[in-house]
Amino acid sequence: MTKGTGKQSEENGLLIDRQRCVGCGICASACPFGGISVQNGTAETNAACTLCGTCVELCPAEALSIRREEQKADDGHRDIWVFAELAGEEQLAPVVRELLGKGRQLADARGCRLAAVLLGGAGSFREAELISLGADLVYLCRDASLADPLEQPYAQVLAGMVEQFRPEVFLFGATSFGRSLAPRLAARLGTGLTADCTELAMGEDGLLRQTRPAFGGNLMATILCPARRPQMATVRPGVFAPAAPDPNRSGRVRAFPLPSLSSGIRVREQVQLPPVESIAGAPVLVVAGRGIGSRKNLALVQEFARRMGAAWGCSRPLVDAGWCEHAHQVGQTGCSVAPRLLISLGVSGAVQHLAGIRRAETVVAVNTDPQAPIFQVSQYGIQGDCVEILREWLRQLG
Amino acid sequence: MRILVCVKQVPSGTQVRLDPETRTMIRDARQSVLNPFDAYAVEEAVRIKERLGGQVTVLSMGIPSTERLLRDTMARGADEGILLSDRAFAGADTLATSYTLAEGIRRLGDFSLILCGRMAVDGDTAQIGPELAEQLGIPHVTEVCRIVSLDEREAVVAREAEGVRRTLAVPLPALFTVSREINQPRLPSLAGIRRAAQGSVQVWGASELQTDPERTGLAGSPTKVVETYVPEREQECRWITGTAAEQAAEVLRVWKERKP
Repeated sequence: MTKGTGKQSEENGLLIDRQRCVGCGICASACPFGGISVQNGTAETNAACTLCGTCVELCPAEALSIRREEQKADDGHRDIWVFAELAGEEQLAPVVRELLGKGRQLADARGCRLAAVLLGGAGSFREAELISLGADLVYLCRDASLADPLEQPYAQVLAGMVEQFRPEVFLFGATSFGRSLAPRLAARLGTGLTADCTELAMGEDGLLRQTRPAFGGNLMATILCPARRPQMATVRPGVFAPAAPDPNRSGRVRAFPLPSLSSGIRVREQVQLPPVESIAGAPVLVVAGRGIGSRKNLALVQEFARRMGAAWGCSRPLVDAGWCEHAHQVGQTGCSVAPRLLISLGVSGAVQHLAGIRRAETVVAVNTDPQAPIFQVSQYGIQGDCVEILREWLRQLG
Repeated sequence: MRILVCVKQVPSGTQVRLDPETRTMIRDARQSVLNPFDAYAVEEAVRIKERLGGQVTVLSMGIPSTERLLRDTMARGADEGILLSDRAFAGADTLATSYTLAEGIRRLGDFSLILCGRMAVDGDTAQIGPELAEQLGIPHVTEVCRIVSLDEREAVVAREAEGVRRTLAVPLPALFTVSREINQPRLPSLAGIRRAAQGSVQVWGASELQTDPERTGLAGSPTKVVETYVPEREQECRWITGTAAEQAAEVLRVWKERKP
């Protein structure tokens, strides 16, 4: 047997049973990373192997296996925490309600408490709201020096809280700030962090099953953090149902003293940008993909959306090509949407895109390829050229 | 000014397609390229060097073939490339990767500025920048869209996110991840390609870096991928047939039914 990435430890890594390997090369053609190849009739792994397991499942000779060391976290970690990010000084970011909704389910499954962690300046009084949304406990650190959301001081305060109260799970919204703060904190704590999760489930062993699109969006990957605590994840906004407030809920508030902070970044200026048309809350949404063919056809899409009273968005390739602003991008790395009706034009439907539209009530898709994955999430499908249909719509709408 | 840029080799194109039946990756024309977001970080570093003088070092962790990418960044104006490559680094998650990069940077000495792309297109985590800054104990700003001013002690940068534009004064050394709005990357020049062919790329492994084997690669990665699957759909699609006019009319009927 040879080992793929076993240098660190004798038993762990991708194991190749040379007696069984027939040198068919299926593993090599399946590997997303070029981490395995056939040499002298036998599979050999190299340093590009990430132990994703794709080859193991495909091997017809059952010659491949992955051995992972059995690791256990120390005991004494409990409770599920969510970071109560503020949008501006006063308001909770919308994703916080979603984190509390999911967090409540996870805490109930685990039989533990759900806590919200609120940091902010002197004006940020959202404790009662957090409790009404499902938090059993609010950890609070309020000080003028925390008025600006800055990663370094926030990570310092949060690390102090984590070390004292030892949560089992700590969730953040995958907002711009959450995706900047959470990794800083994870590195400080030396624990694992899964980015931009679209599914979370609590195992009976207390392991949080964190699922996110992977490999260019063609696969879903479920990730565990077996041996370090807390288990940390950022969660894509707009994916989980928001918690409904219940003013009769009760909970406790626990103030945390401000540690001495290393000074660093100062905010010189903060300007609210003029609002761009939001696609996140649009009831009717028209989404354009590569199938629109050329940049000038985008004008047809916009005109169609205008006449429908709809917002318009696009898939990632159009942003990458520079045709559209990122604010219009629908999908995992753009905006998750939940319209009553979504009309999808020339979008093939990478998993990351599909993850972003899964809360749409009705999807109508137009694509020349009837095998395009977009049709797997559509109630209505038209096999055809979306530009031709677009022109037809504009004609019929008068 | 000494500037360091971290880059990553990624599969070309984000449309790596998978056969849902066999789960085999269809990898025609799949090649490795520089992560597109990293080109903006390289360009910004080179522009700063051209304005203020200094040196641009490009650092990557990856398989040996990543050397080609480092030469490509040298053709775009970087001065030297450092590749951290060792089988002991394989299977690294973002924590182990940021630790390994931090050890490489410590060996290289002090930098005023560390630049990264805003994320890598293969992993989409955007975690390496902030994790690396924490490992190095320096401040960071993500998604920087403009460096307003810069001297040896301080950078003033702008970032735009979620409808707010912030201008931040950041003491150096610091790490920034840059957004694509920051510049328009240049293509490699002929002179640059010639210079890159002669330039040096050093390759360092675990023994050069003296890395802790418990903190690199698989052993140093707290997160483990335990399952991958092709998502299943249960949606039944109703095909709308007929002429384009009939198809369009049917969709408008659905719209009238559903619109608020």
